Amino acid sequence: MAITQDEARKVAHLARIAVDDADLPALAQELNGILHFMEQLNEVDVDGVEPMTGVEPMRLKRREDIVTDGEMQALILKNAPDAREGFFAVPKVVE
Amino acid sequence: MSDLNKLTIAGARDALAKGETTAVELTEACLSAIDGSGALNAFVHNTPEMARDMAKAADARLQAGNAAPMTGIPVGVKDLFCVRGVPSQSASRILDGFLPQYESTVTQNLWDQGAVMLGKLNQDEFGMGSSTENSAYGATVNPWKLDDGVARTSGGSSGGSAAAVAADLCLGATATDTGGSIRQPAAFTGTVGLRPTYGRVSRWGVIAYASSLDQAGPITKTVRDAAIMLGTMASCDAKDSTSADRPVPDYEAALTGDIRGKRIGIPREYRIEGLSDEIDALWGQTAQMLKDAGAEIVDISLPHAKYALPAYYVIAPAEASSNLARYDGVRYGRRAKLGAGDGVVEMYEKTRAEGFGKEVQRRVMVGTYVLSAGFYDAYYNRARKVRALIKRDFDQAYASGIDAILAPTTPSSAFALGSADASNPVEMYLNDVFTVTLNLAGLPGISVPVALDRQGLPLGMQLIGRPWDEGGLLNLAQAVESAAGFTQKPSRWW
Repeated sequence: MAITQDEARKVAHLARIAVDDADLPALAQELNGILHFMEQLNEVDVDGVEPMTGVEPMRLKRREDIVTDGEMQALILKNAPDAREGFFAVPKVVE
Repeated sequence: MSDLNKLTIAGARDALAKGETTAVELTEACLSAIDGSGALNAFVHNTPEMARDMAKAADARLQAGNAAPMTGIPVGVKDLFCVRGVPSQSASRILDGFLPQYESTVTQNLWDQGAVMLGKLNQDEFGMGSSTENSAYGATVNPWKLDDGVARTSGGSSGGSAAAVAADLCLGATATDTGGSIRQPAAFTGTVGLRPTYGRVSRWGVIAYASSLDQAGPITKTVRDAAIMLGTMASCDAKDSTSADRPVPDYEAALTGDIRGKRIGIPREYRIEGLSDEIDALWGQTAQMLKDAGAEIVDISLPHAKYALPAYYVIAPAEASSNLARYDGVRYGRRAKLGAGDGVVEMYEKTRAEGFGKEVQRRVMVGTYVLSAGFYDAYYNRARKVRALIKRDFDQAYASGIDAILAPTTPSSAFALGSADASNPVEMYLNDVFTVTLNLAGLPGISVPVALDRQGLPLGMQLIGRPWDEGGLLNLAQAVESAAGFTQKPSRWW
């Protein structure tokens, strides 16, 4: 499978990373190199093997469904590049 | 006492207990060593005021007679550990100006014991790299320099941690290991690097790269120091749902020196094409050291080992693309300057393009691709199945009575900065060929310095342990350390 420039553009957009058109050929080439390296995995017989989801065969821990934290709006907003009136502020989302 | 910064953790602890020195003196020695170490670029955010306050508190605690093993010990912290109020940006421009409002569990455990915070240490951005060249702070330079004058890498991603310990800027350092990022830098700098079993050390407050592979551990000057520092870093933590509910044993007590009857596996698949004669010979010598100490050497097979690297470079980027989605220019760190009419999508795309370095962008895009509709099964699910087979190889080796596995840590000694081919990222990935398998299986591993190569650069050997048997692993590592007798230090040029 080879990634075309169009596909590289699509991947960059899905990843929400701006890439100049001029940089797309080099990007497609790098991604192809990496994907080619991954294709070794096709040599492995994985029939009947369950995909591994965690290293320890343990059930994810559960806890009581109670409030353990909160009331820290100021701390949470402290690092926001733009916070107003107790909210995160972003550019216009809907026209 | 002179050269206090050159002490080991165990040596400093004993000197503090006997009143031969104070935490304030130890801390001042490290602070002045750090001040003179700009050329190494290991420390990237210094916290001298914090260090002095913590040292005074530690001395008070020592006086009061309720010291813990790490009380008064000055340490460095890899940048990706969140420390309240101290810049913590995982060496990324995207976290410029980010000041955590909370504390990572690992650093909290250290401060609770009275350890002293010297500052933050350089690394590859988000842990993605093997040379600490992918850093918003610029590369760290290995304290080991030859007559050729070439600046070499201290490895990565925890290159700042390894360089700082090797250069005696701190007594020990925190680090993390997703594909080899503790063990490879330790091997390149003549230090000890321990990656614990997945779940042994809490990931809370550690800026994430690949959550199913990331694990924090210490880089130290000796195996004993690794045992002491792991005992402080490890805990059962309700804030990390993958933290194991297992009591933390006394790792130092496990260093009995008796390894008689231990069975050490030598995996034949690690004899890769192109492995240098020198490293191959050292591998054999290290096996002989263990044999001389009473262990039994057994040939074993890990048939899927060669697929670990490609499986890792599917799984780790996939998890990274998801973890790093949070850097959106809204909640923390940097937001790009926007043009008139730019909406929220342009904000994301511009922020991430200027905030992430090249390798991080590459891995986020690879991860996005392997998780995208149509490719999920072909790449991501297949890699997770191969991962299951890699783990099964280890399970079978251990079920057959093997106590630990011996292999080289790296395929070479430290390479020159700037020597990697930027257009061929896979070449750099090959650095992880010996380290990455155990990350996929969640196992503990340790790199111990054993010798200098012909050029005069340190080489490390790696022991891979049974899950949760860090104590047994450390005991074996100490047997190698004693037999190898590696005591060389880099001569100071910085």
